Amino acid sequence: MLLIKCPWCGTRDMSEFSYHGEAHLLRPPAPAEVDDAQWGAYLFARKNPKGLHRERWMHAHGCRRWFNVLRDTRDDRIYATYRPGDSPPDVDAGDDNGENNGDNNPGNPT
Amino acid sequence: MNKPNRYSVFSLARHALNYHQDWARAWRNAQPKREYEAVIVGGGGHGLATAYYLARECGVRDVAVLEKGWLGGGNTGRNTTIVRSNYLWDESAALYDHAVKLWEGLSAELNYNVMFSQRGLLHLAHNVHDMQEIGRRGCAIYANGIDSELLTPAQVKTMVPFINLDGRQPVLGALLQRRGGTARHDAVAWGYARAADALGVDIIQNCEVTGFGIDANRVTGVQTNRGFIGARKVGCVVAGHCSVLADMAGFRLPIESTPLQALVSEPLKPVLDCVVMSGTVHAYISQSDKGELVIGAGSDAYNSYSQRGGFDSIEHALCAVLELYPIFSRLKMLRQWAGIVDVTVDRSPLITATPVRNLFFNCGWGTGGFKATPGSGHVFAHCIARGEMHPLAAPFSIERFNRGALIDEGAAAAVAH
Repeated sequence: MLLIKCPWCGTRDMSEFSYHGEAHLLRPPAPAEVDDAQWGAYLFARKNPKGLHRERWMHAHGCRRWFNVLRDTRDDRIYATYRPGDSPPDVDAGDDNGENNGDNNPGNPT
Repeated sequence: MNKPNRYSVFSLARHALNYHQDWARAWRNAQPKREYEAVIVGGGGHGLATAYYLARECGVRDVAVLEKGWLGGGNTGRNTTIVRSNYLWDESAALYDHAVKLWEGLSAELNYNVMFSQRGLLHLAHNVHDMQEIGRRGCAIYANGIDSELLTPAQVKTMVPFINLDGRQPVLGALLQRRGGTARHDAVAWGYARAADALGVDIIQNCEVTGFGIDANRVTGVQTNRGFIGARKVGCVVAGHCSVLADMAGFRLPIESTPLQALVSEPLKPVLDCVVMSGTVHAYISQSDKGELVIGAGSDAYNSYSQRGGFDSIEHALCAVLELYPIFSRLKMLRQWAGIVDVTVDRSPLITATPVRNLFFNCGWGTGGFKATPGSGHVFAHCIARGEMHPLAAPFSIERFNRGALIDEGAAAAVAH
């Protein structure tokens, strides 16, 4: 069980929230101009890193607002939560964290 | 080539005379060679089965299986051992029933008792939607030549006399697959390992892959914590860590990894002689031959590689179990654990070539890979040996995510969606 700090309501039990996967996915601005592989990558391909993961949560049983969480998927430790539009904070989660993974997916600028 | 003892009642009697002191190792403690025809990354059931069928049926015997921990220590040793093939779509039915047919002869083929027990598997329906779903799926399964029966609540009660049919989510019916059941998960890994080793496959434990050798977009081998191992072909069968390996090779997969928990009770005398699963209240339960009730919980909501999971998942599963089976209310739970499952959005696996030539991935089995172990290894071996997809595996290529040809098995995977 995680304790998650909603940027608006404060720290609550995980059961109040719903999880919505990788954050900062950018919809291709001109869908008609991308090919099937790029569209497929946008819809389905995910980093799924073993390390730091920026992800979306929603305070489903609270204020019902969306926000982002920076969490280490190796031990589930939450490093930060931040509002949509804000930049993720820099954190040091030790070596080999997921954000150092190569970024080679044109559909997923970070 | 290794010549292990052939297991039989006669060899058992012969070794008994010597107090069982001189059994040969089931497989050699192989040291990695500099190069192999094929390297399989991942020494779970699927990887070992792949190596076995490569050697047995494809004539590729210069094979190594690299396992970062110990054999079957990942999801092969962490699942609830259920085997079934009651999937909706033709592609899935063909693949999973291929596996069930291999299960049916597996102990004899491997000369190793995998304790495959076709004790029957019930999938409960609790509401109108469930009844429509099992009705549709049951007919589709039957049309695909797979056994499938719709049961009334009274028939369910006959099979499981202590079930509570009138809970908050009443039991309105069930789908029964009599050929479904359970198998001993560790024995599957050990049996395949022993049989593959006897055919010349090197099984190398404590050997973790840390990168790939790639030259001109063609795989040349794997970098490991025991040095570089050359390979003409590489097959990755690592379940929850497939995205990590894909990242090393420079591409992404349509997969997210989450913890999936299971737990077992203290041992009981025989009480439940079939497998009962319910997607709606999310409770799977069966009784092992040791007498423990084996209970599967739902997967945790979030991506994670911590083989741990949250208590809320367990509580949810046990609430459902107690609603259906009040007689278990005073039972103590002995152990709880989690495996990291590699989930695709359509709950169907990936058996696929990749952007790197001669590098193949078999993953995405998600919450239900154990049942497919023999079939998965069998078709994947053909893919690796021939460099083209086996007909049963072709629909499960990664290309389906670009074409929109998803194989949506959310319901058959007993996942509410």
